[in-house]
Amino acid sequence: MSDENKQGLQSAFRRKLLMGMAAIPALTMLPRPSFADTPATSAINTTGLAVTDTEVTVGILHSATGTMAISETGSIESEKLAIAQINEAGGILGRKIKIIQEDGASDWPTFAEKAKKLLVNDKVAAIMGCWTSASRKAVLPVLEQYNGMLYYPTFYEGLEQSKNVIYTGQEATQQILAGLNWINKEHGAKTFFFVGSDYIWPRTSNKIARKHVEQHLTGCKVVGEEYYPLGNTQFNSVINKIKLTKPDVIFTDVVGGSNVAFYKQLKAAGIDLSKQLLLTISVTEDEIDGIGGENIAGAYACMKYFQSLDNPNNKLFVPAFKKMWGEKTVIGDVTQAAYLGPWLWKLTAEKAGSFDVDKIAAASPGIEFKGAPEGYVRIHENHHLWSKTRVGRAKLDGQFELVFETKDLVEPDPFPKGYQ
Amino acid sequence: MFGDYSIGDLGSIFVMQGFAGLILFSVYVLMALGLAIIFGQMGVINMAHGEFMILGAYVTWMTSNFFQAYLPGLFAGYFFLAMILAFIVSGALGMLVEWALIRHLYKRPLDTLLATWGLSLILQQAYRSIFGAREVGVELPQWMLGSLNLSDSIQIPINGIFVMTLTLLITAVVGYLMYKSRWGRQVRAVVQNRIMAGAVGINTEKVDRYTFGLGCGIAGIAGSAFTMIGSTGPTSGQLYIVDTFLVVVFGGAASLLGTIASAFSISQTQSTLEFFLSGSMAKVITLLAVVGILMLRPQGLFALKVRK
Repeated sequence: MSDENKQGLQSAFRRKLLMGMAAIPALTMLPRPSFADTPATSAINTTGLAVTDTEVTVGILHSATGTMAISETGSIESEKLAIAQINEAGGILGRKIKIIQEDGASDWPTFAEKAKKLLVNDKVAAIMGCWTSASRKAVLPVLEQYNGMLYYPTFYEGLEQSKNVIYTGQEATQQILAGLNWINKEHGAKTFFFVGSDYIWPRTSNKIARKHVEQHLTGCKVVGEEYYPLGNTQFNSVINKIKLTKPDVIFTDVVGGSNVAFYKQLKAAGIDLSKQLLLTISVTEDEIDGIGGENIAGAYACMKYFQSLDNPNNKLFVPAFKKMWGEKTVIGDVTQAAYLGPWLWKLTAEKAGSFDVDKIAAASPGIEFKGAPEGYVRIHENHHLWSKTRVGRAKLDGQFELVFETKDLVEPDPFPKGYQ
Repeated sequence: MFGDYSIGDLGSIFVMQGFAGLILFSVYVLMALGLAIIFGQMGVINMAHGEFMILGAYVTWMTSNFFQAYLPGLFAGYFFLAMILAFIVSGALGMLVEWALIRHLYKRPLDTLLATWGLSLILQQAYRSIFGAREVGVELPQWMLGSLNLSDSIQIPINGIFVMTLTLLITAVVGYLMYKSRWGRQVRAVVQNRIMAGAVGINTEKVDRYTFGLGCGIAGIAGSAFTMIGSTGPTSGQLYIVDTFLVVVFGGAASLLGTIASAFSISQTQSTLEFFLSGSMAKVITLLAVVGILMLRPQGLFALKVRK
């Protein structure tokens, strides 16, 4: 009983405190002349979203627990950074962004349930979230039913397009084709050995890569294609097959804990990546943290972003990220793509002059973001991003050295003709 | 598939593939030994086995960091100390868990499955809170990396040889403890008849605690060794648990020899199939074979009498 009393007192105190705190922004905002420029809530929110005169609510929906927390932590961090920066710069349409974070817990039905909660109970104006294709596929019907907006950060297999999703990572052809062309031209590579984890993304990506190698690169062929179950930790057999077939390039899309095992065993088997070409589409700076720089130095990765990129935007972004999340954190491709989400949404809302999902969706194509750490990006009609493709070479310290980038932005093509 | 390759090439590959099979065998034995002791001797289904392994891996990671920061001159040898520490830490946690949780469930062995599964979730979240959600990279001394060149085309991974040696050593020690030492006799006596063992003056509680601790400690050593070949993250332990149970159940609980025989047959089947088929198909066929044999022989390859 006494405990309950105490709790009651505490929560009453907390409520008062909160009321007091809520009054602070209102007080500070009143005298400002800019307040008058802020559009009325009724004008920018006609569908009952959680938008007030001072605030707009967004959801962050990633796995903070479970096996995927390894990968999704970086995305959560950069989304929070972007939102903090936007708030510092005055928010969106005069409203500060309020975050409601939900945990998908690496479980796909949980993702769907939490998405529904964010859309139906919290009425969030947009969701930044999902990482695996499986979680996105689980959330998609919920988004379409309740008309929500998702900014999805991961590079993925393509074959999808929705009014309710903006894909800020690369789809497969964007990521792969330029890299294969480069390694063929630059290193004269003719034979390719594919190794991947056994699920939809590596299988689709390798299908595209195989078609490209066989049909568009003259005299090239695929000498092996191998898949291992997710979480596999023993790669000695496939490494022996690689030794037997002696391919010019090992092309890999192994993910998760298997990644670490694969590169450690490759090195232990005497395959020297300074001599053997290896092109991966699944290793970012985040993964190298676990693999260890000495095990993967010399390998090439094909992505759109590396932490070491030398441009003015990235020079601001990297220190800001480290200041917020610690000196030791690294920033991989997906982390950067997640950072784009809140900014693209802000620019779109300002162009549309509204938070309404239909208007955001309609206004999205053509939105340009000049402040992206990867450099200029633009949203395509198909809700994917125009972006450059880059090849980096892994160094001992776990960073990539940029060795190639496409001259122009590569057009996103989620339903590539001739590759299916 | 071999038409295009020279005899010399093929010879080298078969030698290396043979070693790949032996390395897989050692890995299986190492990860299954701790479980074989706990599941076999005590009838406790320890679902948190993988988490005890990862605890060993984290201990190795911390030791490595410590040596890099304070004793860089001795870094080449830190791994041995790390394995001993891994044994002690995992073993100590094991004994604590036995005292706090497992001993209350000896009469309900099936419930240990649920309790230890819960424990595994708690440990995973604890690792995540303490060490962060991301994987950590364990830096190894230079001599443990790379491979041994037997000839121009035959390379044997040094870490594989290390794991094989370690497995031999630990198996020998466990074999001695179980079948030659006084303590091993006590353990087996408790397995066969707890009440009688107590009546003749064996402290059964103590035997239980040390047996569980030993099993967890060996898991810790396995985890420490696996930092050479696998990942270290909060949920990495889950990668091993299925294979571990497969080996122990297939071998027949309670039998050390059974565990070794089953690890050997599973690893050889798998590595041979992996070479001729793809990795996923090899796994499917291996599992089918194991399921088939277990249907015909539910008690496993080698079965002894177990505490009922």
